[in-house]
Amino acid sequence: MKKDYTLKLSGLEPLLVTPETNFVNIGERTNVTGSRKFLRLIKEERFDEALDVARDQVEGGAQILDVNMDEGMLDGKEAMVKFLNLIASEPDIARIPVMIDSSKWEIIEAGLKCIQGKGVVNSISLKEGEEQFIAQAKKVKMYGAATIVMAFDEDGQADTYERRIEICKRSYDILVDKVKFPPQDIIFDPNIFPVATGIPEHNNYAVDFFKATKWIKDNLPGARISGGVSNVSFSFRGNNKVREAMHSAFLYHAIKNGMDMGIVNPTMLEIYDQIPKELLDKVEDVLLNRNDNATEALLDYAESVKGDGKKKERDLSWREQNVKGRITHSLVKGLTEFIEEDTEECRLLFPEPIQVIEGPLMDGMNVVGDLFGSGKMFLPQVVKSARVMKQAVAYLNPFIEAAKNGEVQPNGKVLMATVKGDVHDIGKNIVGVVLGCNNYDIVDMGVMVPTQDIIKKAIEENVDVIGLSGLITPSLDEMVDVAEEMEKAGLTIPLLIGGATTSRVHTAVKIEESYTKGQTIHVLDASRSVTVVEKLLGTTSKEFVADIKTEYERVRLNHANKKQQKRLLPYDVALENRFKIEWKAEDIYIPNFIGNKTFENFPLSELIPFIDWTPFFQTWQLAGRYPRILTDEVVGEQATSLFADAQEMLAKIEKENWLTAKAVVGIWPANSNGKDDVFTYSDENRTEVADTLFSLRQQTQKAKQLPNFSLADFIAPKETGLQDYIGGFVVTAGLGIEKYVKQFQNDLDDYSSILLKALADRLAEAFAELMHKKVREELWGYAPNETLVNEELINEKYQGIRPAPGYPACPDHTEKTTLFAKLNATEEIGVQLTESMAMYPAASVSGFYYAHPQSKYFGLGKIEMDQVKSIAERKGMEIDKMKKWLNPVIN
Amino acid sequence: MSKLKEELKKRILVLDGAMGTMIQQYSLGEDDFRKGWFEGHDFPLKGNNDLLSLTRPDIIKAIHAKYYEAGADIVETNTFSGTTIAQEDYGTQGKVYEINYHSAKLAREVADEFTTKEPNKPRFVAGSIGPTNKTASISPVINDPGFRAISFDELVEAFSQQVEALIDGGVDMLLVETIIDTLNAKAALFAIEQIFEKKGVKIPIMVSGTITDQSGRTLSGQTTEAFLISTEHAPITSIGLNCALGAKELKPYLQVMSKKSPFLVSAHPNAGLPNEFGEYDETPEMMADQIKVFLEEGLLNIVGGCCGTSPAHIKAIADLAKNYEPRKINQN
Repeated sequence: MKKDYTLKLSGLEPLLVTPETNFVNIGERTNVTGSRKFLRLIKEERFDEALDVARDQVEGGAQILDVNMDEGMLDGKEAMVKFLNLIASEPDIARIPVMIDSSKWEIIEAGLKCIQGKGVVNSISLKEGEEQFIAQAKKVKMYGAATIVMAFDEDGQADTYERRIEICKRSYDILVDKVKFPPQDIIFDPNIFPVATGIPEHNNYAVDFFKATKWIKDNLPGARISGGVSNVSFSFRGNNKVREAMHSAFLYHAIKNGMDMGIVNPTMLEIYDQIPKELLDKVEDVLLNRNDNATEALLDYAESVKGDGKKKERDLSWREQNVKGRITHSLVKGLTEFIEEDTEECRLLFPEPIQVIEGPLMDGMNVVGDLFGSGKMFLPQVVKSARVMKQAVAYLNPFIEAAKNGEVQPNGKVLMATVKGDVHDIGKNIVGVVLGCNNYDIVDMGVMVPTQDIIKKAIEENVDVIGLSGLITPSLDEMVDVAEEMEKAGLTIPLLIGGATTSRVHTAVKIEESYTKGQTIHVLDASRSVTVVEKLLGTTSKEFVADIKTEYERVRLNHANKKQQKRLLPYDVALENRFKIEWKAEDIYIPNFIGNKTFENFPLSELIPFIDWTPFFQTWQLAGRYPRILTDEVVGEQATSLFADAQEMLAKIEKENWLTAKAVVGIWPANSNGKDDVFTYSDENRTEVADTLFSLRQQTQKAKQLPNFSLADFIAPKETGLQDYIGGFVVTAGLGIEKYVKQFQNDLDDYSSILLKALADRLAEAFAELMHKKVREELWGYAPNETLVNEELINEKYQGIRPAPGYPACPDHTEKTTLFAKLNATEEIGVQLTESMAMYPAASVSGFYYAHPQSKYFGLGKIEMDQVKSIAERKGMEIDKMKKWLNPVIN
Repeated sequence: MSKLKEELKKRILVLDGAMGTMIQQYSLGEDDFRKGWFEGHDFPLKGNNDLLSLTRPDIIKAIHAKYYEAGADIVETNTFSGTTIAQEDYGTQGKVYEINYHSAKLAREVADEFTTKEPNKPRFVAGSIGPTNKTASISPVINDPGFRAISFDELVEAFSQQVEALIDGGVDMLLVETIIDTLNAKAALFAIEQIFEKKGVKIPIMVSGTITDQSGRTLSGQTTEAFLISTEHAPITSIGLNCALGAKELKPYLQVMSKKSPFLVSAHPNAGLPNEFGEYDETPEMMADQIKVFLEEGLLNIVGGCCGTSPAHIKAIADLAKNYEPRKINQN
């Protein structure tokens, strides 16, 4: 297979030089040794114009840019670094690879440290001996560049065909064999010397170059040929017409012999076919050394064709657009050359200079914003646009100030900061510049700014707006935090949110509502920041804020409607984020009673005051809270009539003892395993585990600082050394109900049948409430002086909880088996557990007691299979069975 | 030939998924970032995830283990920001050696446990080298485009420290990743070559660039091919793309990479593009569907996940990857 010797170079874009590539133009004007103008610009530090020189080269067709700063009066290293860094910020120049041109190695090395692409070193050679040549070549390879190798050795520069091929062959062998330099990255410069100098020895220089080129291409695989073409016409300085013809003709023959690239001023190159025949003949006589009088003949002819030669025009057709179009063009292309001229023209069109900024300039920046948003511009280009914008504004500023009678009044003060934990500030800086351009004072606090510093500074500096920026995801939470703290600090100024991960939706849903005293607004990109700030601080700010509020309300609504796919945490991560109670002995109350206790035939009259009537109405699909529901406009009448019937039946139930209420409660020594299992012990010695209770843990992704709850979190882990307790209960108020239900059904009185069942349910719930109170005040006794009224009990104001298996905090119905066994509930009070874990009679309630002051009700939410697997293993239940029981809560 | 290179000849290797996303799930507090190492430190450290290798090695090991369990062949050390440059913001630049050494060591331990258990599926550790938070070819000061916040030499020095500690800690390879500025990467590669020479070792190098958006460019403005050309002088084993985009958006650039690269090719995309809350919604199944396209086209030798990917994503990818042949290197 044929070896691929493609020379691959890169700037921002690739440049591939293959055997089929015609000729690669190397731009030469950014060379202080070859261009007086460029030297002057660099010396006078007129870098903008120096960059224009580079840009002209690229626009004129240069494919590699040669940069040379070798001049006695310059700090060459500093100038090289400075200029290469500047080029890197000009995407239309940095597009092409750079050739770092210097006779000093330290300048070359400094240059190599500045280019992200693969450039070319110009040059290294055997001039100072083999050792140094090898050392430099190794470095070039490590920096990742190709290199020009001069036909130069310890004895001097090669000026004959033989010396040329000898030195090139030797250099090639050293590079390929010793340095392992890729052959395709070697570019020989076999020396282009002036011809037609009047010295006969020089007459064959061009021919020798062509021959050497051919030899190298034939004998040194992969190697390329380059050279400084303008050297050849040195004798005709001042006669561009002849020089251009000589360059073209030289290239024509050199390329035929294999020359791949050359340092040429592409704007000083005639097209070969368009050279007048007579001139071409004379030029070729010289180059090819075709006759002895060639030099004289060309010199004579030159006198007759003196002229400026060819001047290539830059494409300035865009200047024919109207001034707004031109301004947009300059902003999009990042051109500063005409911006002041065009800005001035605009200024004369508008009554107020500021309107130039608000109008044409902002329109242009919006185009930039759109192009950037759609991926048609990239960041370095946008930064350039911002610089053009700044220049235009700088031009307008004196006019704006003059219009204000010399009074320099900024439009407002904007604090900018990248939030804590985030170090990204490119976007923030752009916003700062754009706002600064529009005459806002910017207080830039930099990156990783803590919330408190932002607030302090905002107050100190009396700013009008705060702008927050961030790129990484956690910054979103930090922004919420800033909003919350602004609220607490009583600030009322607007809050702007920007940065790559921020969004209107996030701002509307998570931030805006945290800060009610001022308006929060998401700003899509830098180009919109001015409009937003202007509107916020302007005369129509009230309407603007009202619009934003309406819009964000709608965004929130849409968001809520969108079915949110729940993302769940892995079980072990959820475990790690458990509710961490700070365990203290004083929070655990040693129960007055340990063991089980049964209550037979509990007086119904004592239960009635504990009834929570609201769910009773819900059974009948009447919505509303008791007692307000009785006077409700819509359902009040119906509710009142129902309530009267209920009271009547309740009286009968009580008086005629329709129902029997029984309860069994227990309190047992217990400790958790620090995870989701709670061990209950046979006695206070806690040596023998009686039963293990298994809890489920929330797996939903929580907002920061919120834990993933499990009931087990409320029981002290064994490792704390604290002795904790858990309780359990089963109560029923449904014993004896069948007889009456059957009677109603026989009478086809469904209404009374349902009413009775609903009342039995209420009584059972009331019984559970009452027993819980009894446990708190007497049996366990941790709240002996509780003074809560029924309303407060219903609202769960008491300490501790009594979650029921099958309900939100512990949807696992199968835990009832353990609970019933521990309480011996079926034998003690006659409540049975069906196969489907339902209790019979239906008017029964069971659950566990947790006493810790921090225990609270919660909903489990959805869980993942990893937790299902874990709990099944722990309980020793088949996974499929466990899955069936937990199916409603599995994600 | 190293064991790793042998395996790469045989099959597509699977890289792990996100570290940051996994750590986030633990909802750690400031204390977790200080424990035992930085108790009296002056600056807040929360969010400096690399420190967790020192302060909460249990968590980092657990995450590595999860990825290996899910089927990853290679996990990345928790050292994305393990340079003096990136740590300076937190005032922890003095602990860079420890961060890298211990991160490498603990990943090594987990890898060896798994390799012992399953000798026919050897597990590897890649030393993660992030881009740092400063760019050598972009000025952070808009009005001064010639200014640089960091120099090539400073980068070389910082990367050298990181690389040396990673090698001391026992990594199998180095992964220069999430390259937003190629000049930073060139400095890292320069540093690696110098350290190789100094220590007399040579381990595989993986290089992975980041195409930041639909413009198809790196942050510093290079196209995929220009990026490839700019780094291919180094003794690289694989080159690829990661982060910023999801698999779907990455495809055109990966195709370029696969077509042009003379090295093995890798990809570890994000789980789609972030939603409005900065979260990644792409499920393991959705992501695997996209990766499947890469595999069918034979674009890859190494595949994994970046931001938003979890062990479940890696499992889905690993289950898929084993059915496909690795990409063949271009012969020319």
